[in-house]
Amino acid sequence: MIFNIPFIAVAALILIGLYAVIFKRNLIKMVIGITLIESGVNLFLITLGYREGSIAPIYTSSPGGIMSLPVPQALTLTSIVIGVAVLALMLSLVIHIYRHYGTLDVRKIGGPEE
Amino acid sequence: MSGMSKIVKTISSIAFPFITIYGLYVIAHGHLTPGGGFQGGAIVASGCAMILVSYGSIWIMDRVKEKNLSILESLGAVCFILLALLGLGFGTVFFNNFLVGTNSLFGVVPAVGSGLADINTGGVIPLMNFAVGLKVIAGLFGIVLVMAYASRTKEEKK
Amino acid sequence: MNVADLIALLLQHSPALIVAVPLLGAFITPLISRLNDKVRNVFVILTLGLTASLVFLLASDVFTGNIHTYIFGSQDLALPVVRILFEVDAMSAFMAIISVILSLVAVIYSWSFMKENTGLDKYYTLILLMTAGMLGMELTGDLFNFFVFLEITSISSAALVAFWTNKAKSVEAGFKYIVISTIGALFILFSIALFYGQYNALNMAMIASAIQYTFLDKIALVLLIAALAMKAGVVPMHMWLPDAYGKAPSSITLILVGATQASLYGVFRVCFTIYGGAINLSSISIGWILVILGIITMLLGVAMAIIQTDFKRLIAFGAVAEIGYILLGIGTGLVVMLNPEMTTTGLAAMKGGIFHIMNDALDVGLLFLVAGAIYYATKETSLNKLGGLARNMRYTTVFFIIGLLAISGMPPMNGFASKLLIYESTYQLNPILSIIAILSSIMILAVFVKVFHSAFLGPALPKFENVKEVPKSMLIAMGTIATIIIIFGLFPELIVNNIVEPAANALINYGDYVREVIPSFTGGV
Repeated sequence: MIFNIPFIAVAALILIGLYAVIFKRNLIKMVIGITLIESGVNLFLITLGYREGSIAPIYTSSPGGIMSLPVPQALTLTSIVIGVAVLALMLSLVIHIYRHYGTLDVRKIGGPEE
Repeated sequence: MSGMSKIVKTISSIAFPFITIYGLYVIAHGHLTPGGGFQGGAIVASGCAMILVSYGSIWIMDRVKEKNLSILESLGAVCFILLALLGLGFGTVFFNNFLVGTNSLFGVVPAVGSGLADINTGGVIPLMNFAVGLKVIAGLFGIVLVMAYASRTKEEKK
Repeated sequence: MNVADLIALLLQHSPALIVAVPLLGAFITPLISRLNDKVRNVFVILTLGLTASLVFLLASDVFTGNIHTYIFGSQDLALPVVRILFEVDAMSAFMAIISVILSLVAVIYSWSFMKENTGLDKYYTLILLMTAGMLGMELTGDLFNFFVFLEITSISSAALVAFWTNKAKSVEAGFKYIVISTIGALFILFSIALFYGQYNALNMAMIASAIQYTFLDKIALVLLIAALAMKAGVVPMHMWLPDAYGKAPSSITLILVGATQASLYGVFRVCFTIYGGAINLSSISIGWILVILGIITMLLGVAMAIIQTDFKRLIAFGAVAEIGYILLGIGTGLVVMLNPEMTTTGLAAMKGGIFHIMNDALDVGLLFLVAGAIYYATKETSLNKLGGLARNMRYTTVFFIIGLLAISGMPPMNGFASKLLIYESTYQLNPILSIIAILSSIMILAVFVKVFHSAFLGPALPKFENVKEVPKSMLIAMGTIATIIIIFGLFPELIVNNIVEPAANALINYGDYVREVIPSFTGGV
């Protein structure tokens, strides 16, 4: 049972993130929701590579024993880098929207076509 | 934004060289211990962002220009692609590790299952780590600088 | 070494060079743009021209039946596959031709369309990055690599959609696009993690050879099709498409059409190749789902296009409707794939769907370029305020007529050839589908004739007296696409037999794709 806790955490993170994106009205809270979903998927990737009783996969002066898989760690690193780039772009666009409309409320931006 | 109080400025100036050295250590040992280009670059960029927050964006704006950061970033990225294309130039495939096994710069091969390996191993990987680290430092610091510039309030614009 | 050796060497290394050359160009562009503006424009056009010639060289060899693989980092392929592979078969080469032609025409068009804007070095850098991302998406044989290139493409295209930051609507459209696209991409990453957890492989051929259709595989299939179809603009997930297509600069909309088609290519690669072994159990249900999505997309796209008053938004809804035709054709091919007496129907439907991918990109692209030309000349986008422009802008009017005839499937344009194949083959499956498809074509014709009348015909308005024809580079770009449309329309047999049929066969016979990597694979049609 204790080895299922990471998977339950993954499901909780993704659901809370989806709730924040769909139901919150502030633009910054939507961006935070996307970061939560991304953290959940990264946790899922790392958890897949764990073997019971394993050590870190480094060859230099290793004490011996099973090593956990290093490939999901590389995939997670790539995903974190992509997440940073997307976060930077989304926050820049939020700054521009705030300059135009003066508010961050999603119901008040987006008026009629000019 | 304006800077913070004198205590904060002093402490962040003392901490900044340590953070930079630690970040460069993480970049340089990327092929031996956990770390590498992006991780070390993010550490150094966090140190630079700490200086930006504590000294104020007006002070930084006089000393660091955004187009110099852009040139550094492009140089790092061009070095990375040229290193990958050099594998093509040496007769084999793209992204080939052509320095492993030779007795030149990073070319020593450690024995399998050995203890501590030297930093002199790894082939073309440490060079790519340096290129990526330079790009990440310049890129992340540039993003933070431009955002600080863009979110000045109306009173400071006058 | 002589020329033949050089060409053979380029052909051997071309899958890697096709992605590396625009990437290197994108990183050098900020350095070159410090010198001069014209030097930067010429450098970007030369980079894209070199990429286009490499794509044509690779395609000319792949269409004769060889599949090219390229292993990154080593020369021998040790099983199980641990390295990143690029695997180019006929369908990948077909999509790569479309992407590179669209990028080259867009850069030629934006020589004079974007001349008065600032920040153009970032514009050209992002265009080259987007081209590298699209080509990487289409050539790769590794699922995680596909995800990385998909994210590169969507980040750079979201930044380009919001390029006119002085307009509030453009920034809003870019924000909507990046939020929806990131959530979709994260679900694709979730499916890739499900595949890795079960089969310990990320290579598409390895997963295809080892797949058993478990419950987790079904979840992964649903997530993959939903997320990739959302990036392709399929109803009911099309909400970002009219805003993003309508508010971006017109040259960017052209490349964005290419990015949309590349995501649609991802749907087909997942359905036919990765799930190839399991397709015998479920092809009928997946095929019918694609057919029904195609019908809904066609009807909703055309219905929303009738009521629009903004020029580019109307063309964007027309683009949504055209995606429905592609899904209808290929979905029909999937439904009848196992039925041994309807193989010619299935092959004809797939040929029609795949040919329509290219025709849709060209037709919708030409209409968007015409809309951009009108915006450049008159600074108006609303149809209520335009009128009587045929007097001043003769060439643009001719190009609009060509685009109008092509998108509604009239001979002698290319839309007629592909739509005829789709009508005939879907009639064999169910006559009602064919009737709905013909009805949508007629409604699209009606919508665009209305647009033609209100924008180009009619009395001359006094405020448009000084409107001149658009500059030469925009005319050259529009003329190139119009010429390709007319050539494809006059000689469709040539294109279908040499280019489209190898692509359709490559999708159906997924066994050849897997046997390139794993020679001992025994499944496959």
